[in-house]
Parts: sequence; structure tokens; C-alpha cells
Amino acid sequence: MRHLPASYVSWVGRHIMDFAAHVRGILAFGLISFGVLVTKRRVATRVIHPLIWEHVLRSGVAMLPIALFLAFALGLLIIGQTVYFTSRVGAPQFLGTVMVSVVVRELGPLLAAVLVLTRAGTASVIELGMARASREVEALELLGIDPIHYLVIPRIAGVTLGLFCLTVYVLVVALASGFLWAFVQNVPILPSAYLAQFAAALHPMDFVALGLKSSAFGVIIALVVCYHGLAHPMSVEELPRAGARALTQGVIFCVILDALFFLVFLVL
Amino acid sequence: MNSAEHESSVMGIHWKAAAGEFWVIGGLLGAGKSTLLSTIAGLHPPVSGAVKMLGIDWTEMTEEASLTQRLKVGLVHAGGLLLRHLSVAANIALPLRYHHNLMQSDVIPKLHDWLVATELELLADRPGGAVSRHWAQRASLARACITQPEILLLDNPLSGLDPQHARWWIQFLERVALGHPLLGYRKITVVVTCDDMTAWRAPGRRYATLASGHFKVLDGASHLDNWATARL
Repeated sequence: MRHLPASYVSWVGRHIMDFAAHVRGILAFGLISFGVLVTKRRVATRVIHPLIWEHVLRSGVAMLPIALFLAFALGLLIIGQTVYFTSRVGAPQFLGTVMVSVVVRELGPLLAAVLVLTRAGTASVIELGMARASREVEALELLGIDPIHYLVIPRIAGVTLGLFCLTVYVLVVALASGFLWAFVQNVPILPSAYLAQFAAALHPMDFVALGLKSSAFGVIIALVVCYHGLAHPMSVEELPRAGARALTQGVIFCVILDALFFLVFLVL
Repeated sequence: MNSAEHESSVMGIHWKAAAGEFWVIGGLLGAGKSTLLSTIAGLHPPVSGAVKMLGIDWTEMTEEASLTQRLKVGLVHAGGLLLRHLSVAANIALPLRYHHNLMQSDVIPKLHDWLVATELELLADRPGGAVSRHWAQRASLARACITQPEILLLDNPLSGLDPQHARWWIQFLERVALGHPLLGYRKITVVVTCDDMTAWRAPGRRYATLASGHFKVLDGASHLDNWATARL
């Protein structure tokens, strides 16, 4: 049974301090991983590259069915709402613009990131935590294999690549389902006009930002997951809590990163 | 000798193992046997003093030299410590593949030899986490040997084994020490820790004990009976 905190101020303060400590830990973990990535980029490529593809499959290909289902729903919801309002004000020509602003720049990448975090991410925390608890990390050190190189780097590369591809698929399906919904609601717009609106609303920087954002989400998710699974010794009983903590912090970091991208977009 | 992560500590060790010797180190639970082996293997630095492996001090080595040196040492933990997500065969092949950048298909002949030698052919495709402790430990032995080490360290290999498996280990390690065909008939230095040294009694072996944090070299096999009696 959980007791009520004696002081809410100290409770909030303690949680903020804990979060700050985790941020510092994740940054340090990220720097170490980056160092290993650079120094060992040509080491054991025939062992590491298959592992990267395995994580691309787990974070990208295996997530496709649920990601495409949600992307389809996202397109329907956004276009459904937009059609309702734009038809009332007689401005269906803004459908493409709304899709670019809402889906391409914001919701699409975030949806894909949260999906990967909730399914592949939490599974990875459990897997890495089990590896730590059953002394597999020690076994790797014993064999002269850097655990960061073997366990973390393939996840960073695989999740980043997988998430980027998944984001592209999510966007394509959301845009297609958006047009389908517009067609069903008898919005007087041709596919060519819809695509033209869409193309006019897109800037070259959108492609750059999309690539950077989904890659940054991938790196952050992989780092948070690996940090919570590996950085501290833990028992099997602590794994569910570590998974929940990774999920919460992963979402917070992704949202903060998204807000930063939005700020940069406003400035540029 | 101790480390921050290990509760047990051992002090005052002045010990030298020559090439090709077979050492048996006895000690009760918590005596520091595992810590001693980890320190010899260069996984944990000693608090004070020096540990020289093949004439070179671990603490004075660069990271690259340390890795080269570590590959000359095979360490087998009780229970095996296999990677659960890899198959038994992939576990055994991993150090060879990683350090020589090889595909799994490149190591099949060598892997097959070690699977046959350790009688693991039928379990080769099972995940490391799905095999029983004594077979996992054999896989760990094959994994340690596949990189052709010069020194083999074994942490309580007979712990929890039935007599049949225990006999296999004793006989196999005897062959390894004298020069196993898969190790190029080279004499390998073997250091075994155990709870009961009498099981390892054989001509030409060296014995030592770890008790109350102190390391003591026994003069010969004749002292084993005294040690076993004192232990009881």
C-alpha cells in the first residue's frame, strides 16, 4: 500500500531531483555510447551489422501493422475534423496545408516514436535488464566484448533507422487515408488538387526537419531504453518499474525535443 | 585483493603459476575464489599490488594490449553465463566471430569440432537460456577454448554436477592441460577453484587454499586429506 506523502512540496522536489539525475545519467550514457560508436565503428562489423538489422526489423517492420492502422485512423480523424470546419467556412483548399502542418510536422513523427517506445522500447528494457540481472554483461566483458558496443550501438542504429522508415510509412498512409475520407465526405477536390495543395504546403526544410526529428527521436528512445536497462544493476523484480520509468521519460524527452524543433521552425 | 563490487577480499597473495601447470585452489563459499579468478583475468583491478599475466602487469597495459592479453585467458564461471538470446552454437562462436570479424558460416568447422568435443551437438540450436546449468557450463568451456587461450581459469566447475558430468569435466580438463588436439596439443595452464579439492587429486598438480582471506600454497597432495578433515 502506498502512503500519502507528508509534504507535496518535498514530494514534487524529490521527483524533480530524481528526473534531473536521470537526465544527467542519460547524457553521460549517451556520450559514452557516442565515444564507443566512433572508436569501434570498424570493429566486428560482421557481428554488429546483423544486430542492427535485427533492431530495424523489431522497431520498424514488426511495428508496421499497428502503425499503419493508427496512421489510417489519424488521417481519417484529422481530415474528418478539417473537412467539417473548412466546408462551413468554404475553404476546402486548405486540406493539404492542414495535413502538412499537423501530420507531417507534428503528429506523424510523434505517433511513430511513441509506438516504438511503448512496444519495442519497453521490451528492450526488460531484455537488457534481464541480461544485466543474469550477468550476461559480465559474460561479454569476460570475452573481451564491450557491452556498449554489442548491446547499445546496434539498438541506437537500428531504432533510429527503423523509426525513420516507420515515420515515412505513417505519413504516407495518413495522407492517403485523409484523401479517402475527403472523398467519402463528397469534398469537391481531385487527387491531383489534393497533392498540389500538399506539395505547395511542403518546404524543402520540412524534409530535413522530418529526417532530423525522427532520427533524434530514435536516438533518444534507444538511449533512454538502454540506460534504464543497463546502467544500474537490478534484480528481476525491479524490471517492470524500470520499464515504466523508461516509457515515461522517453515520452517526456520526445515531447521536449518536438517542442524544440517547433521553436527552431518558428525562428527559421 | 578485493574490489568495490565484491564483498569478499583476499590479502597477502604472493603466487606464481608457471606455464603448463594445473592449479587447484580450494576454499569455502565466500572465501574469495571468484574474486581471485576475476582479478587474475584482469576484470577487476587489485586494490594494491600487481597482477602479472604472462609477464605483463594488467594495470600498465593500454586498452588494446589489455584486450590482446585478455584473449589469452579463458574464464569459465559456474553456471556458464551464456547469453540467453543466442543459441548455444552462437554463444560458443561469439568471441571468435567478434574478435576476428567473421560470419557465422566462417566458423562452422571450428564450431562443430568444439560442439563434438563438449558433446553439445544436439543442443547447438537451443537458446542459451533454455539449456540446463551443466550443459550451459560446457558451452561456456567451449566458448572459452575456441579462441585458443594460453590460460584457462575455471570457477568451481564441479559445483552442482552429477557424478557423470563431474567425471567428464575432470577428464576433459586433464586432456586440456596435457595438450588437447583442438588446442594444438599445447600445454595449457589451468587454474580450477573448488569447494572440495580431493576430487581433483592427481599426480603433478599443484594445490592452494583460500581461507579467512589468506592464500596458502600446499606442499603436495598429501596435505589434501588434512585440508578436507579441517574443512569438516
